[in-house]
Amino acid sequence: MKDRIEIDIRVPNKTRYLRLIGRIGENMAKALEKYGGDREELAYHINLVLTESIANAMLHGNQEDPEKEVHISISIHCGKLSIKVFDQGTGFDISTLSPPCIEELDEHGRGIFIIRSLMDEVSYRRLENGNVLEMVKFLPEHSLNSETISE
Amino acid sequence: MNCDVTEKDTAVLIEVKEERLDAHNSSEFKSQMLSLFEDGKNNLVIDLKGVRFVDSSGLGALVSGFKNATARNGNLKLCGLQPQVKSMFELTRLHRVFEIFPGSEEALASF
Repeated sequence: MKDRIEIDIRVPNKTRYLRLIGRIGENMAKALEKYGGDREELAYHINLVLTESIANAMLHGNQEDPEKEVHISISIHCGKLSIKVFDQGTGFDISTLSPPCIEELDEHGRGIFIIRSLMDEVSYRRLENGNVLEMVKFLPEHSLNSETISE
Repeated sequence: MNCDVTEKDTAVLIEVKEERLDAHNSSEFKSQMLSLFEDGKNNLVIDLKGVRFVDSSGLGALVSGFKNATARNGNLKLCGLQPQVKSMFELTRLHRVFEIFPGSEEALASF
């Protein structure tokens, strides 16, 4: 586990947990001592992509079923931040989602657009008992060889 | 959803008293705006100075309010956006849709 941070969280399929997990991601980002960029901005963006992806998992993946749960795995290793969000639903194909049309003023569809805008790699895969949305962000190369969390 | 709603001369001022406007509370916010429209109050100013975080659902609720207001010959204007919240409007290009003011006085005076 040298120089690796991993956090695994499971929460009931209820949107009131969005705040909690967003805050955890934000605090992780703020504690990245060697990150060379704007830590406050990174923290906000991590909060945002966690909120967007978990809300998608709860509302679309798990279809608001309160008996289901969402599993979130966050890891930071060798300058790579990886977030995986597992749902227990039948899935939806994010590659078919187009960016929201500004002229039509869609009320929905901005979540995946925001995730794609802020993260470097985004994939959605079917698993045996659900799906996983995986998002990767590469942290600036000069800043992170061995990552540590500040006290 | 904690909001202060005040009727002013030109419009109804809604001060959002939540730190987050997200998938957890955006539906309730949409309903609160809808009940104002149903009462014939079609000019709204949403003061977001207390809001630190907005996600796509929060933006969607504001878009819904804007569409409802303009469909009723009214308007929905925004003020008090914190820098990170403003960056969300820029990322999604919604800053071109809404009239955005620094504070509620300017927003109310614009009607």
